[in-house]
Amino acid sequence: MNPSRERLRSTVPDDSTAVADPRSDRPAHKVEHVVVRFAGDSGDGMQLTGDRFTLASAIFGNDLVTFPSFPAEIRAPAGTLAGVSSFQVHFSDSDIHTPGDKPNVLVAMNPAALSANVGDLPPGGTVIVNIDAFDERNLQKAGYETNPLEDGSLDAYVVYPVPMTTITVEVAKETGAKPREAERSKNFFALGLVSWMYSRPLEPTIRWNEEKFGRNRTVADSNRAALEAGWNFGETTEVIADRYEVSPAPLAAGEYRSINGNTATAYGIITAGQLANLPVFLASYPITPASDILHELARHKNFGVRTMQAEDEIAAVGAALGAAFGGHLGVTTTSGPGLDLKSETLGLAVQLEIPMLIVDVQRGGPSTGLPTKTEQADLLAAMFGRHGESPIPILAARTPGDCFYAAVEAARIAIGHMTPVILLTDGYLANGSEPWLIPDPESLDAFPAEFVTEPNGADGQYLPYLRDGRYVRPWALPGTPGLEHRIGGIEHEDGTGNVSYDPANHAHMVEVRAAKVARIADDIPDAAVEGDQDADILVIGWGSTYGSIRAGVEQAAQAGARAAHVHLRHLNPFPKNLGALLGRYDRVLAPEMNRGQLAMLLRSRFLEDVQTLSKMEGSPFLAEEIAAKIQEIAEARS
Amino acid sequence: MTDTTTESTTRTRKDFQTDQEVRWCPGCGDYTILASVQNFLVDTGADPAKTVFVSGIGCSSRFPYYMNTYGMHSIHGRAPAIATGLASARPDLDVWVVTGDGDALSIGGNHFIHALRRNVNLKILLFNNQIYGLTKGQYSPTSEPGKVTKSTPFGSIDQPFNPISLALGAEATFVARTLDMDRPHTAEILRAAGAHRGAVLVEIWQNCNVFNDKAFELVTGKASRDENQIRLEHGAPIRFGPESEHGVVFTSRGRAEIVEVSEVGEEAIAVHDAHRDDPSLAFTLSRLSNGPYGPTPIGVFRQVERPTYDEQMAQQLAAAQKRSGPGDLATLYRTGGTWAVSA
Ligand code: SF4
Repeated sequence: MNPSRERLRSTVPDDSTAVADPRSDRPAHKVEHVVVRFAGDSGDGMQLTGDRFTLASAIFGNDLVTFPSFPAEIRAPAGTLAGVSSFQVHFSDSDIHTPGDKPNVLVAMNPAALSANVGDLPPGGTVIVNIDAFDERNLQKAGYETNPLEDGSLDAYVVYPVPMTTITVEVAKETGAKPREAERSKNFFALGLVSWMYSRPLEPTIRWNEEKFGRNRTVADSNRAALEAGWNFGETTEVIADRYEVSPAPLAAGEYRSINGNTATAYGIITAGQLANLPVFLASYPITPASDILHELARHKNFGVRTMQAEDEIAAVGAALGAAFGGHLGVTTTSGPGLDLKSETLGLAVQLEIPMLIVDVQRGGPSTGLPTKTEQADLLAAMFGRHGESPIPILAARTPGDCFYAAVEAARIAIGHMTPVILLTDGYLANGSEPWLIPDPESLDAFPAEFVTEPNGADGQYLPYLRDGRYVRPWALPGTPGLEHRIGGIEHEDGTGNVSYDPANHAHMVEVRAAKVARIADDIPDAAVEGDQDADILVIGWGSTYGSIRAGVEQAAQAGARAAHVHLRHLNPFPKNLGALLGRYDRVLAPEMNRGQLAMLLRSRFLEDVQTLSKMEGSPFLAEEIAAKIQEIAEARS
Repeated sequence: MTDTTTESTTRTRKDFQTDQEVRWCPGCGDYTILASVQNFLVDTGADPAKTVFVSGIGCSSRFPYYMNTYGMHSIHGRAPAIATGLASARPDLDVWVVTGDGDALSIGGNHFIHALRRNVNLKILLFNNQIYGLTKGQYSPTSEPGKVTKSTPFGSIDQPFNPISLALGAEATFVARTLDMDRPHTAEILRAAGAHRGAVLVEIWQNCNVFNDKAFELVTGKASRDENQIRLEHGAPIRFGPESEHGVVFTSRGRAEIVEVSEVGEEAIAVHDAHRDDPSLAFTLSRLSNGPYGPTPIGVFRQVERPTYDEQMAQQLAAAQKRSGPGDLATLYRTGGTWAVSA
């Protein structure tokens, strides 16, 4: 369980009157939660705008979940639908789990951004557009035959056309910026305006702008001028009717930061190295959306972390395996196609029984698929994607911050059981962020790696495959006098590790390698039920669907459909209580961003009738999609 | 190089042998190479505990099983990648890669060139027999054009790799060629390779008596070898022939050419400079022959010093620790700003 998700019950008095903001003369309506989506061209800085807005909200004390979405092309043609990049943030005065089903507010920097996103807004939603970008050419590129701001097609929404570019260029003049340069600050104008609308503080953004751009005065000054102009536009023009305020959420007391899944994974790996008392060796090949883990780890060499950008995915896993043979915490990170390429080496790691960690940041597949979009369709590949009987433990992270704990746990299992371990995250977790209760490193349990230094056989012989009661073999490092030994991919005799083609030995080794992985079940916690324990319906999930399922279960409960929720961290082996647990429920529903991969495993293992809810659109489940399915099942039963 | 412990002087070849039955075909050149390597380790006082052999797949790749050192028999073509991880993580070890022409140059070609260009501190012994032995006789990336095998019944249409040219093209810091049957020469080359810090490529022409017997006969056989072995020695004029009557000159057009010493005069003969930083002359020498089909240079083509991959990795770690102190998790977690929530 990720402590960052444990929340205290609210003790904050709910003052529902309008709030006074010392910086604003305009009153604000109090609301519980808001979903804002910033959308623009890839070059418009929407990810940056979203990040800054998120951080300001986090510092303000809201709970939040984000969902960045961007095109696979670095510079997709400007103004086109293909080039639209967006960032959705859901912030709330209470514990939330999803980036929000439907945005309350859409900020659209151009016609393409409007066209690609407006359909997600509920009727009555607010649309703020940069009217300056709505010229003939841009409308055409976005596929509009008539101007949607004029043809009545947006009548269902509250639309605010704002001349963002014009004002930004105007205010930036004083900083000495040329119009073309100044224009680039228009995302700061949007940020200032939305910050005003939702009473977000500007100070964190001003500080950040100074740190980031301070050395380039013109840019820093234009950004700041645009940011403040955006705020002032809201405050003085009365174009926008209402301001809102979302109170801080009653998060567990402590020190927080905002973290995304890739950073959390990287921190987890560094931490695991310290807890295992092993130097970290990460070898990876650049691949979206996993590269940021490599980038992050490459920065922290003072922890003794070695990073290597390998020549290919195969070399990356090979180098990690070689380093692991040498007594390091060998790690490789990848995504979809990269996992395919690594499979042969993973088979070798299974055969050698070498501890190492493989992080697969899943993305839409097969092949290149949807590189920047999320999916969780690699579970069966992780489970069975190697020739021969080749069992590998599999774990999955459920939230961005949870990637930290999942990485630590994966390394603990690898080292404790002398096995490669696959950790599954995905694009949504990798780039999404949430407030993270910073852990106290002292409170984390250490799992120091143990190396043998003395012969363990008769006559001073060293037996590399002499197993303990859990079928775990000893680990002797090259360099240890007297324990010289050879390991290899050819089937070998248990105990000595000598090459053996003996049929009985092979049968034994296949069983013993399977039993070793199965025994890990003794070393992991039972699956825990959340939600309504006594419901007749169980919703079971794994990975990044945690938030959507939890929110969906809550939504269904409000509509009178009761359901329990189990979310699996350990996918191979399963927790020991899982079979009995599944048996307690009449109906089991497994929502997955694949065609039913966990469901297939559960059905074959426990002979339970598990129903699948699939979504394969490159984006996470909406809570309402899950709630609707629960209600449908509940109704069918009554 | 290896630690010289007090014990080392008393080690014998037996100390480097395992109890595993050696399973190469009788008469295979691999036996000779195994003996040469074991003798070399004895002679240089190598510490078996600090020595690791990593191999891929193929006849030669069984090598680690017969060496009483640390070892890993890995997967096809990947030994240089695996050894790169090991050597970078553990600069205290002597890491050797044993590979063949199919393993290193076909399926593992990418790892081979990248290990060399990175100057990883590992030594690649490439047993080149110009054939696939373990899979029973298909042509390899070093087989001659026209080679008739089971997979090329009408002759191979592939242009072969010259492993020396390839390694020099990848700017390897140590590149040499030797012959399985010439044990003194092999010993000399292994010694030089063992003393080199950085990536080493030693191509060993190895006779596969089952599928490609006598492939190297022209260069290795008694009758013709004097006419066809060009033995490179650093600092010496490049001369060969029973009476050293032939020599090599570098033409003004940048080619190496074989000449008669009597015709051009002794002063015109090129003096071999293995330590030359620029690899182009070494490359030119490697182009004198593209296989055992005429006079062919053996010996050390190139040996230069360049910072190794593991050294530079360690330096970056040390520099980071000097700059920011040893890593502190509590500080790391707080990178980029935090806020407090009170109870
Ligand atoms: S097939 Fe050739 S290379 Fe392989 S062991 Fe036999 S003789 Fe040696």
